Amino acid sequence: MVEQKVVDPDYLILEAPRERKFITGSQAFAEAIKRANVDIAIAYPITPQSETMHLVGDLWAQGYVKDYYRAEEEYGAMSAIAGAVRGGARAFSATSGPGLLRGLEAIVSWPGHRIPAVLGVMTRVVNAPLSIQPDNVEIAYLLHSGLIVLHAENQQDVFDFTLAGFPISEKVDVYLPVVVATEGFFVTHAKGYVELPPEDMKLPPRDPYKAPVPPTDCEIPPARIQRDAPVQKSNFMSYLIHAVWQQEVWSANERARKWIKHYLGGLVEVVNPKAEVFIVASGCAAAQGREAQRYAEMEGLNVGLVKVKSIRPFPAQELREILKDAKAIIVPEHNIVGWLCKEVKAVIPNGERVVEGPRVYGGMTLPVELIMDEIYRVLGIKKEKKTLV
Amino acid sequence: MGLEYVKISPGFERYMPRDYVDLVKMGQFGRQVDVMDLGQFKELVEDHPMCAGCYMAYFIRIFYASLPNPEDTIVLGTAGCARLALSQAAVPFIYGNYGDTNAVASGLKRALTIRFPDKHKDVVVIAGDGGLMDIGFGMTMHSWFRREKFTTIMVDNEVYGNTGGQESGMSPKGVQLKMAPKGKQFDKINAVELAKVAGCVYVAKLSPTNPKRIAKVIRRAILAARHFGPTFIHAYTSCNIEYSIPTREVLADARNREKKDFKFYEWMTDEVKEYFEEMEKKEVKA
Repeated sequence: MVEQKVVDPDYLILEAPRERKFITGSQAFAEAIKRANVDIAIAYPITPQSETMHLVGDLWAQGYVKDYYRAEEEYGAMSAIAGAVRGGARAFSATSGPGLLRGLEAIVSWPGHRIPAVLGVMTRVVNAPLSIQPDNVEIAYLLHSGLIVLHAENQQDVFDFTLAGFPISEKVDVYLPVVVATEGFFVTHAKGYVELPPEDMKLPPRDPYKAPVPPTDCEIPPARIQRDAPVQKSNFMSYLIHAVWQQEVWSANERARKWIKHYLGGLVEVVNPKAEVFIVASGCAAAQGREAQRYAEMEGLNVGLVKVKSIRPFPAQELREILKDAKAIIVPEHNIVGWLCKEVKAVIPNGERVVEGPRVYGGMTLPVELIMDEIYRVLGIKKEKKTLV
Repeated sequence: MGLEYVKISPGFERYMPRDYVDLVKMGQFGRQVDVMDLGQFKELVEDHPMCAGCYMAYFIRIFYASLPNPEDTIVLGTAGCARLALSQAAVPFIYGNYGDTNAVASGLKRALTIRFPDKHKDVVVIAGDGGLMDIGFGMTMHSWFRREKFTTIMVDNEVYGNTGGQESGMSPKGVQLKMAPKGKQFDKINAVELAKVAGCVYVAKLSPTNPKRIAKVIRRAILAARHFGPTFIHAYTSCNIEYSIPTREVLADARNREKKDFKFYEWMTDEVKEYFEEMEKKEVKA
């Protein structure tokens, strides 16, 4: 184990010198955890997530993480995360597809319990039929829970989002769990270049007393979430308490915007802001969208890309502004339901501009040609089919 | 530190509610009370919304009076009747999701051990038969397999009382309840033997007829969990509503069950036995 010194989160995330490494997405998660001063990590196997938590287990064995265990199943793992965080610890776990759904009851209760933690979600098909392949339909299940949901395009994003996830999550005006989602296999098991800050630096430890809801540790008066709480009563006051609590969770989610901007440079990334046609995409679809934008530019077409980094909070204002003069908006996705497409349509005027797709699912890759076909179609260009990659 | 946070800051006594002042001045914080003095000190739980004649409420009252270190104790519960009283007590209480108590307690206890390696922070789960032996079964068992150092107390009313009287795994065979219209088809789960096999270091089964003994068992379970591993108490706490036990016969029913399938039973590892013998020798001397 390398001796680590505590440094300011701003320095570690934004200023420290970085060195380029060629690593997998799973390794990128682990590199973030190594520098995140994590107290406890709780693991449960599911493909394609498992490798990340193996590597985090190694970090525990080496002394970078203070406690680690393999839980009984995801519901137990995610419940134990809630217990550890309420006890004042900084915690991390990760899961995939069916595992996420098994742990979902616990996970979607974290915002209400005001649990600041980071959860890696390495997307995988939701059964049935059985498959272990990437498909990000599971992210749709996270969108209405109050969680902060970041969607990583590549290994670099995985590292940056995960490391920044802890300070964002623990800000007093946020205090919500952060999900860092990325496509299983495409990102977790593939290598990419990642710029890493030095490994002899780490985030300051969590300060559980800098909190809107104090920890339950018998050191200070606890939050009495349950005393005279809505669960106990059926009267107007109890409805009101629950309503206000929900409003506060969603307000906190909104307040995360400024910290996402601060640490990650914004909720979106825009390529060619003056474009006529935009591709709006998140995660791996953004990587393919980036390629399509590059090809289009080579062909002299005025196409832009909006990569949505933060799904919750959703960059509604940003999208309205960027897309105000767009003739068409193409939303490629790795799922059948088109959750991102629905989100985009809901926040911009003239929704008929939105092209619903292309969509691939069941684990398929997203060929750039599919996106190019849509670009040609909306621009009225008739093309002979040709192979681009 | 636990004691510090319950104390009233100087100058604020006159502004604090009478109830709270009494709790600090005449309560259990910072001292060990005798359960037989119940009524002569300010209890940690007084008001609760449980049914008249509820034996679980009685057991919970004894439970709080028995805590060795109430100012450094955290109680966890889940859906069911018990949490109605647990959430009203002057001891931090965590209510998570359905049947998750032993997983939450595992994370909590580990966090407290990381943060306060030199202090005793007692973690106690009190949940019902449904919470621990049905919906939370896997998490209960695995917390024991992993030898997590906290106490699990099952308040067994042999029914899902709070949801309206459905059969649970702990209901006796043949009993007709909701969701068991033809009577329960299989035997009551043997929770005590499961606890022993799964790795609990101290296991007790009782029908709450003898407050002094209940207090001793609770204290032992908490102290053994601090030092050695998981501990388990299986307490019969009848549901007078769903089992139609007239209020005045609730104690008689408990005594009756004590003669049958709830005979007092206490088991512990040799290590734990030795620890209590040493401790009790010291107490006699003191």
